[in-house]
Amino acid sequence: MSAVSAPTVPAMTNERVLRLKEDFPALRQQVNGHDLVYLDSGATSQNPRQVLDAERDFYESRNAAVHRGAHTLAALATESFEDARRTVAEFVGVRENEIVWTSNATEGINLVAYGISNASAGRGGAEADRLRLAPGDEIVVTEGEHHANFVPWQELALRTGATLRVVGLRDDGTLDLDDARRVIGARTRVVAFTHVSNVTAVINPVDDLVALAHAVGALAVLDACQSAPHLPLDLRALDVDFAVFSGHKMLAPTGIGVLYGRAELLDSLPPFLTGGSMITTVTADRTDYLPAPQRFEAGTQRVSQAIALAAAVGYLRDVGMDAVAAWEHTLGERLLSGLLEVDGVRVLGPSTAEHRSGLVSFDVEGVHAHDVGQYLDDLGIAVRVGHHCAQPLHRRFGVTASTRASTYLYNTTDDVDVLLDGVRGIRSFFGAA
Amino acid sequence: MGSSELQRLYQQVILDHSRERHGFGLKDGAAAESHQVNPTCGDQLTLRVHLDGDTVRELSWEGEGCSISMASASLLADLARGIAVAELPARIELFRELMHSRGAGVADDEPLGDAAVLEGVSKYVARVKCAMLAWVALEHDLAQLAR
Repeated sequence: MSAVSAPTVPAMTNERVLRLKEDFPALRQQVNGHDLVYLDSGATSQNPRQVLDAERDFYESRNAAVHRGAHTLAALATESFEDARRTVAEFVGVRENEIVWTSNATEGINLVAYGISNASAGRGGAEADRLRLAPGDEIVVTEGEHHANFVPWQELALRTGATLRVVGLRDDGTLDLDDARRVIGARTRVVAFTHVSNVTAVINPVDDLVALAHAVGALAVLDACQSAPHLPLDLRALDVDFAVFSGHKMLAPTGIGVLYGRAELLDSLPPFLTGGSMITTVTADRTDYLPAPQRFEAGTQRVSQAIALAAAVGYLRDVGMDAVAAWEHTLGERLLSGLLEVDGVRVLGPSTAEHRSGLVSFDVEGVHAHDVGQYLDDLGIAVRVGHHCAQPLHRRFGVTASTRASTYLYNTTDDVDVLLDGVRGIRSFFGAA
Repeated sequence: MGSSELQRLYQQVILDHSRERHGFGLKDGAAAESHQVNPTCGDQLTLRVHLDGDTVRELSWEGEGCSISMASASLLADLARGIAVAELPARIELFRELMHSRGAGVADDEPLGDAAVLEGVSKYVARVKCAMLAWVALEHDLAQLAR
């Protein structure tokens, strides 16, 4: 290692985390008589005051509709909105005209799926030819997908007559690449997969899947919801065609998501939502559309949320994504090894921390996940319970629900230890031990 | 372990019913059947009503879910046995009122029998659906009988 590549930000330690935690008002509270231990960032993260201040500052100083109006506030709002786009684009290594604002990642996937659907229905002219689907074509997803990256493709298949095919997982929850090689073939037009599983924490082999997709001329669509907030992400280097992620999982408010699309693809994709602010000329007979990204941003935009997301990205950049990833790996390893040692606890996913993110889903033998969550909440510990919007994955593991503890840059090793202590008491409380 | 609030939610009788489930196992000869799913957690339950004339002979059911949803179905099976079908809607409504009481309870929970122990659930808004699952299934069964 040369001195040049040494990290310019300090490594994470519990001391540094506790200082960061001071920035998060919601984390400084008691729940059921205990200091809150927030281990549900995989569902939604908390917001630092820098993000909340950015949103408030927008409303207090330059609130106006963007891309319309000629007054000063409108110009300032538009400038901030587009600055935010540039900030987010740089954060994931792409150009600003390749970033489309959406409400959330789900809308991003639907935008792509409905754009392809509209192309398949004949919209979009000659440049949309490459996107059209017909019976005989195949869309490939994996068994480990969140419903948001599963159902829209299932629906697209049903609308176009294409076939949905599902790549299976191995028993340890990792993707079965041999199966992927069998499933992805000449008929494949789209391969949609998650970067990091929201249940098993498995980090998928993106390079292999992209190579398989591109070898047959298929589009590679990446769900980056659980990676963008937690790992350094370079979408250009990953060479995916589309990617989505959500602001609220990365320190920003709800209501803002991001769709990345390779420029030439976005420019050939017909619009999904149509209406104001995405057109050049409208007549009774036809409408011409603006180029991307405006083509996909019909109607009033989420301006304050986009600005807040840019502030969140600034916060993450200041902390350092390498440091965030390394810290969460430490937390994830501690969580995983601790849970594996508790009697009657079964971890969903690999039992080694390699290729895992900082979350762990688990099943407590004889106790339903809902009861596990209730018991932990009584101790002030917030976790997610249920199927985590991944029913096919839970079915694969033979359970209907699980409990998920997910860490972020504001969690300490003490948080993990409090959870582990809590989990140790569950089976005896419910008479299952 | 567990605070007194938690102990009040998970009373021993509830934990017992969640394990020794009364009425568990679907039986033939039902007058009506309903399948209910709680989409937030994937809990599911199928509940059948068996009649003797205008009276409930028994409920039979199967399902999987949390201790609250399973105990509630078991307690409902105890309650419904031998009751006139015409009386059930009022009991279901009373139970619903109890569940939505935010811990305040209802004036008279006598008609609910042992199922009144589920009162503690009403303090936990997120769990009310769990407790209601079997009762909603019974409501659907009754709607079928009325057709």
